Amino acid sequence: MMDLFFPPGASAHAAGIDRMVDWVHVLMLILFIGWGAYFIYAVARFRQGKNPKANYKGAKGSASKYAEIGVAVAEVILLVGFSIPLWADRVDEFPAESDSVVVRVVAQQFAWNIWYPGADGVFGNADPSLVDEETNPIGLDRSDEAAKDDITTINQLHLPVDKPAIIHLTSKDVIHSFNLPNMRIKQDAVPGLSIPMWFVPTKTTAEMREELKSKPRYADTADEFVYEIACAQLCGNSHYSMRGFLTVHTPEEYQAWLDEEASYLGGGEEEDFWN
Amino acid sequence: MSDGHHEELGFWRKYVFSTDHKVIGIQYSVTGLAFLFFGFCLMMLMRWQLAYPNQPIPLIGGLFGDARAPGGIMLPDFYNELGAMHGTIMVFLGVVPLAVGGFGNLILPLQIGAADMAFPKLNMLSYWSLFLGGVTMFGSFFLEGGAAQSGWTSYAPLSNIAPSGQTAWLIGMIFLITSSLLGSVNFIVTTIQLRAQGLSFFRLPFFCWAQFVTAFLLLLAFPPLEAAGVLQLMDRLADTSFFMPDGLVISGEALDISGGGSPLLWQHLFWFLAHPEVYVLILPAMGIVAEVIANNTRKPLWGYRAMVYSVIFLGFMSFIVWAHHMFITGMGTAMATFFQTTTMIISIPSVIILTALLLSLWGGSIRFNTPMLFALAFLPMFGIGGLTGLPLGLAAPDIALHDTYYVIGHFHYVVAPGTIFALFAGVYYWYPKATGRKMSETLGKLHFWPSLIFMNGIFFPMLIQGLNGVSRRLADGGATYDFAGAVGPLNRMQSWSAWGLALAQIPFIINFFMSLRAGEKVGDNPWDATTLEWAAPSPPPHGNFTTEPVVYRGPYEYSVPGAENDFTPQTQEG
Amino acid sequence: MLIPHIVKPRPDTGLNNGKLGIWLFLASEVMLFGALFATYLMLRMGSNDWPLGTKYLDPMWAAINTIVLITSSVTMVMAWAMSAKRNFAKFRLFMLLTVGLGFVFMIIKYIEYSAKFDHHYYPSTHVFLAIYFTLTGLHGLHVLGGMVVNGYLALFGKKHYEQDPEWFTNRVEHSGLFWHFVDLVWIFLFPILYLL
Ligand code: HEA
Ligand code: HEA
Ligand code: CUA
Ligand SMILES: [Cu+2]
Repeated sequence: MMDLFFPPGASAHAAGIDRMVDWVHVLMLILFIGWGAYFIYAVARFRQGKNPKANYKGAKGSASKYAEIGVAVAEVILLVGFSIPLWADRVDEFPAESDSVVVRVVAQQFAWNIWYPGADGVFGNADPSLVDEETNPIGLDRSDEAAKDDITTINQLHLPVDKPAIIHLTSKDVIHSFNLPNMRIKQDAVPGLSIPMWFVPTKTTAEMREELKSKPRYADTADEFVYEIACAQLCGNSHYSMRGFLTVHTPEEYQAWLDEEASYLGGGEEEDFWN
Repeated sequence: MSDGHHEELGFWRKYVFSTDHKVIGIQYSVTGLAFLFFGFCLMMLMRWQLAYPNQPIPLIGGLFGDARAPGGIMLPDFYNELGAMHGTIMVFLGVVPLAVGGFGNLILPLQIGAADMAFPKLNMLSYWSLFLGGVTMFGSFFLEGGAAQSGWTSYAPLSNIAPSGQTAWLIGMIFLITSSLLGSVNFIVTTIQLRAQGLSFFRLPFFCWAQFVTAFLLLLAFPPLEAAGVLQLMDRLADTSFFMPDGLVISGEALDISGGGSPLLWQHLFWFLAHPEVYVLILPAMGIVAEVIANNTRKPLWGYRAMVYSVIFLGFMSFIVWAHHMFITGMGTAMATFFQTTTMIISIPSVIILTALLLSLWGGSIRFNTPMLFALAFLPMFGIGGLTGLPLGLAAPDIALHDTYYVIGHFHYVVAPGTIFALFAGVYYWYPKATGRKMSETLGKLHFWPSLIFMNGIFFPMLIQGLNGVSRRLADGGATYDFAGAVGPLNRMQSWSAWGLALAQIPFIINFFMSLRAGEKVGDNPWDATTLEWAAPSPPPHGNFTTEPVVYRGPYEYSVPGAENDFTPQTQEG
Repeated sequence: MLIPHIVKPRPDTGLNNGKLGIWLFLASEVMLFGALFATYLMLRMGSNDWPLGTKYLDPMWAAINTIVLITSSVTMVMAWAMSAKRNFAKFRLFMLLTVGLGFVFMIIKYIEYSAKFDHHYYPSTHVFLAIYFTLTGLHGLHVLGGMVVNGYLALFGKKHYEQDPEWFTNRVEHSGLFWHFVDLVWIFLFPILYLL
């Protein structure tokens, strides 16, 4: 129902969240329509013109009690049956790092620094004192052996399809919020903390473009579709334009992209930094 | 009761530095209304930028200077300034002064049959502290760098590194907090100690109960924000690091501070206040609506006791739900489970209160005067607002909805066509008590219907925008993002509705001031009501009651079988 | 007098207005200091180099101050008792003693603070010092506030005492409740800042 409104979902858990949002809204609609109909009826029937003498006792019966109990039961079901398990799945059931793509994202005013560990799979050291906004925004210590092959980009996140992605999120300055509407992912990036989150992208960017062509609402712009990363937490004057992009590849394309990035590292890394 | 020597009070002591609860109540109300209007104006400017991003503001665009709007085009900093101050002013300087300071002061002592508040001087102090807070907030617009611009929530570290407007915000807040603390002590003591003879707690009008619980919320929830304010002032002025962790790099510069602080600490302290605060915004409103509904259905409230128990329970629970504003800050399952469970629990007393109010209509003989229209509209509007709180209160859907316009839609439904409507109902309902004259019904209806339509025109689309994932606090209303494109055009309709809403307030403003002189003169009890405030003369003299009231019955004895009138005042013997 | 129960308690609640007021005020003070204690805990738990209090502070001075404050609570009770016994001269003596002890407390605080500054220990040096200065500073302000009220009652209270000794005694009692509360806060501050 709500996917009429939601941006098209593209992660493994998106359907679960959407279904849950649907069910809550069903409950809300039942309550609103039920009480709304009663309200209109009562106001019309008991207007002074029609009912000049009020009844001291008023409403009788215990329908209201059942309605209230009904609400409580519905809430318990939503809570225990849906919300708590979905949440636990998000924050507790992390896939093994070895089966996943592990990325770090360092937010700053007003960009997303994306940081891959490179071929060795190990993130190098970083130090705030090495930060140079032009050439090294995350303060990566390139003299560290593990850091030599680390790949960093700005605002460009690339992931392979159908493989869990684990993102360690932090911030250099103020609080930002890493929001991928299509993936139903949102997590604050808090300076001083590194917060992990995960999801499994299920549709490559190309597949999504195809799919959108069949949806009247998106058909016109389907060819230019990109997964967008939005900042959801007020972080300063350019908060509104702190936009990043996610490209979901097939595994082969993803490897090709990684290789290409790695090839820039040897020399002239500075020019290629802003890829 | 000698009025003799009070007559000699000069103009200043009588109308400005007065200790009479009615004068103070009017001071609060006028201050609150003025700030509501001001907050409204800030919002209308924002609505321009949201509907027509980066186009020059017509007519008045030149007034804001190059620092804010070069060539009339609003800079993002200016937008953020407007947003933060709209939120702050509406909540702390609009609704709280009007609902608690204004109606609380004017009506509560009358409804309990007291001559004044328990501590009249403290009462005066509390108003003037609010006034200083208001002046500080208002004055901060003229500071270098403008007023606060980190949201009404002032999340650190952003607020720590913001220009000096934030310091003014903190100082202003400390004044406002002091005002509320003094006020709440006064309300509680007044309610407990000064009830008229025979007025037991379960004979108190629901409005008094609502104010009573509200006062406890203010008393106990505000101090942590005061603490937070002091800590942030220390961070800003003494270079401490309460909210600043190690290793911050701002604009490429590593900060030279000790570090070791916690940004989330601010959020805990803030929301520990701010969640109870939202009930501060709604409880007095529910109180007003209950009074108006009982009076205009001409029958007792249905389930009065259940409502009282619910409001007390709500008060308790409101202290343990605060972190539902922080699900996305990296919360584990245990904490998320706790806070979403408490949040679901706290929705039940609201459901009970709403159910009771709705069932109170059954069997009534409903009069549709202006106060009643606003009170009736409150029910479904609060219904939408409250119901949209449910998906936010469940942690999993909140992943998608947090910090989107869905949240903005949720709480505006509760505060605008909810609380603000209830406050309008209260103004129309008690105006005759304060002035001895009624406001015009025609202008009242001219105020009500367009307001109802335009409010929905603004806020309903916000829910749709939110479901589409559009973030809040975007200085261009989401124009940067493709995914927001589909719902972008709604912004125009919302903005036009907002300006329409402004037009709809004109009859109210005219009505409010005209009726002072030209309103129909009415007696002490124009609505044929039962509660004690109507037993006092209109307007009540110093000391309120001509004879000391004694209470013989519950608050809503309307249409008692066998009684000669359809209302039996609480003071009627037998 | 328009407002009842200023002096005599209301029969069904057993309280006079001022007493209820001061208890409510203290409840809000509990929340204020409670929030700051919670801050202390959160900072401490989040820190990996939390110092022992003795690294920066000297428990000697604080121990003396604890004794000073506890003594002042005793003299405060005596002052109230004397007022209740309608002995104004002795009341004044004990009240001035209470204020004097507050003064001693403040002087010791001053010595402590200066010693910190001499060592270049500022609130900005470390979060521990930040919370130390904030908590003790705020507490110091409360001591100062109590001293002002108590001093006022001792020095300018005579007229009120003569007009209405019962009301006056109530005021002394309320001021005393505040003073004991301030004392109590210190008893919490002392171990968490200086010892643990
Ligand atoms: C008056 C103010 C008010 C009130 C009463 C409420 C009431 C509720 N709020 Fe709301 N809330 C705010 C003001 C308010 N809120 C504000 C200001 C914010 C945003 C702050 C910010 O971030 O800036 C916010 C944000 C907010 C969040 C955080 C969202 C986020 O940031 O992600 C959450 C999450 O749990 C929440 C939940 C709730 C719940 C469960 C209720 C429940 O109490 C609601 C219970 C009520 C009902 C369930 C309705 C029952 C009625 C019927 C059944 C009758 C229907 C009637 C007819 C049809 C006639 N609110
Ligand atoms: C009590 C609280 C309250 C109230 C009443 C309102 C009322 C309104 N608000 Fe506000 N709003 C907030 C609290 C409130 N708001 C908060 C907390 C935020 C978040 C800020 C942040 O992000 O930090 C916010 C944010 C906010 C935004 C989002 C900004 C963003 O995220 O970028 C928008 C956008 O449209 C908006 C619009 C409106 C509108 C159209 C109204 C209308 O409903 C206004 C209606 C008002 C009136 C009808 C008043 C009329 C009064 C008079 C006419 C007085 C007459 C005077 C005399 C007789 C003397 N508000
Ligand atoms: Cu980054 Cu908002
Ligand atoms: Cu809340």
